[in-house]
Amino acid sequence: MLTTITLAGHVSAQGTKIAEHADGRVTISTGQQKLTGWPVSRWLKGALSALALAALGLGAAPAPVQAETLLNVSYDPTRELYREFNEAFAAWYAAQGNEAPTIETSHGGSGSQARAVIDGLSAQVVTLALASDIDKIAETGKLPADWQTKLPHNSSPYTSTIVFLVREGNPKGLKDWGDLVGDGVEVITPNPKTSGGARWNYLAAWAWAEKNGQDPQEFVGKLFKNVPVLDSGARGSTTTFAQRGIGDVLLAWENEAYLALKELGEDQFDIVVPSVSVLAEPPVALVEGNIANDEQRKLAQAYLDFLYSPEGQAIAFKNFYRAWDASAANPDDVARFPKLELVDIAHFGGWAKVQPEHFGDGGIFDQIYVPK
Amino acid sequence: MGRPLIHRSPMPGLGLSMGVTLTMLSLVVLLPIGALLWKGASFGLCNIWDTVNRERVWAALFLSFRLSFFAALFNLVFGVMLAWVLVRYRFPGRRILDAAVDLPFALPTAVAGIALTALYAPNGVFGSLAKELGWKIAYSQWGIFIALVFVGLPFVTRTVQPVIEEIEREVEEASATLGATRLYTLRRVILPMLAPAAMTGFALSLARAVGEYGSVIFIAGNIPLVTEIAPLLIVIQLEEFNYDAAASIGIAMLLISFALLLVINLIQVWSRRRIGYV
Repeated sequence: MLTTITLAGHVSAQGTKIAEHADGRVTISTGQQKLTGWPVSRWLKGALSALALAALGLGAAPAPVQAETLLNVSYDPTRELYREFNEAFAAWYAAQGNEAPTIETSHGGSGSQARAVIDGLSAQVVTLALASDIDKIAETGKLPADWQTKLPHNSSPYTSTIVFLVREGNPKGLKDWGDLVGDGVEVITPNPKTSGGARWNYLAAWAWAEKNGQDPQEFVGKLFKNVPVLDSGARGSTTTFAQRGIGDVLLAWENEAYLALKELGEDQFDIVVPSVSVLAEPPVALVEGNIANDEQRKLAQAYLDFLYSPEGQAIAFKNFYRAWDASAANPDDVARFPKLELVDIAHFGGWAKVQPEHFGDGGIFDQIYVPK
Repeated sequence: MGRPLIHRSPMPGLGLSMGVTLTMLSLVVLLPIGALLWKGASFGLCNIWDTVNRERVWAALFLSFRLSFFAALFNLVFGVMLAWVLVRYRFPGRRILDAAVDLPFALPTAVAGIALTALYAPNGVFGSLAKELGWKIAYSQWGIFIALVFVGLPFVTRTVQPVIEEIEREVEEASATLGATRLYTLRRVILPMLAPAAMTGFALSLARAVGEYGSVIFIAGNIPLVTEIAPLLIVIQLEEFNYDAAASIGIAMLLISFALLLVINLIQVWSRRRIGYV
């Protein structure tokens, strides 16, 4: 067995132990020479090298000070939008005489993204599907309760609505919400419990039933009885409908529906715009609690302001969102949106009321699946 | 020689390795489970029961454990057979097949789920065949079963394989010379030797299937009371920021799993005593 000893305090040598002395020192043979010194017990050495490694790791971490970084935590269908927007923003920000920033975006279900931020993901900017998700983050004190008043249009730089995506030629002749509850019609929507977009689907159906003299709860119940697959997110539903060929109609974000047409071929699907739908306002906010310094605050603020600039709005239009300022947008991008009656969340009493009443545990949505 | 009062273990590094093991075990296993139980304890036993004692939760738990049990059972039979073929027969492509058994370990479960859905959806390769027979696989409980079989298969095969390799051919020959038929040899000689390892594989496969989420949600359809698995219900509760309810269902799953594994271990102990093989 090899023994390690120290010589003169800091040099170490290793060899076969040949003698032990009364004072605790040992003599080893390295093959060429005999050396006497203090033995280093193994655990001590192990612990020391582990400590040294840890110290190295810690020392290496707090390094980059140069380029500012920004993490935007967003929801699922904004991938394409922010990919383009981040590039445009980084170029614009650098052109203002700043260091080119590093912008990162994370996507996922709106609710789980909010939870990640609550649990400590250090996002400086959140751009989620529902105001109620950002409210949840605000409850932890990471941003002020009145965050929604900080930016124009309820902090929603772009809006969208819910439309129908049907198979080419609309074989089942689905024109409006009322057609979706018919026998043999299969409707694809994500689960409102896990998907922000699906809550809008549900509310749009609810609004139509109200305006057409039907019992909304019964109507929505019938609608969800026609759903054969409840995916957990909007993208999952699009895949189920488009790639797996399940269902006759997909309830989708307008931007998601146009994207499906663009990506999967215009000859496969048609967009049907119902008479009534919702005005979904996906809000954005700056997360005060995660801002490290003034430089980063400036960057995050500029990022959000740029969303409202004519250039940022043009990118939103181009990515099939209904934005506010069309001055710099391509007229074709603006003209493609048909006019329809839009109902916003205030009509239902705001998210603070809608969330527990409809989608909470044992709420109206849960009751659909409780057997009578 | 040296200090006679200190008794040193002949194995080096016991203290260090023990310390590392306990620390890692605490960090990786005990701490998260402790946190789960702590969360549940602060929520209260009555509240946990109220959360779990609902038709939808029972339906999901029953679905998860029932399908996991069937999938593990399927894997038990098919996995032992596969291990037998891989060890006992020589055929071209054996090594490739052997390596392929590990694929479910390596593949991200979401990829597996999407791939299985693509195959078994009504417009997929197998799905379209099944559809003509009037059989719906993806988006039904069959889909969940297939996904669970997929993720659990390697456990049985990999635990049984080394045991089969260890079995001496002479044992079978002796059995044959004593007049046993081949079936009798298999039943009374081979299978008892494989039983403990196979049970371990069954338990691992079952435990894996119960907790499986990634692959199942793509193929399940996720309709409440019909194809909604218990882990999805936990995710749904988290989505509502209802951490207490999520922890409650988690604890229920933990308890049921624990009871099942306990039963399996008892069966193992009993079978070892009976057969006298350890």
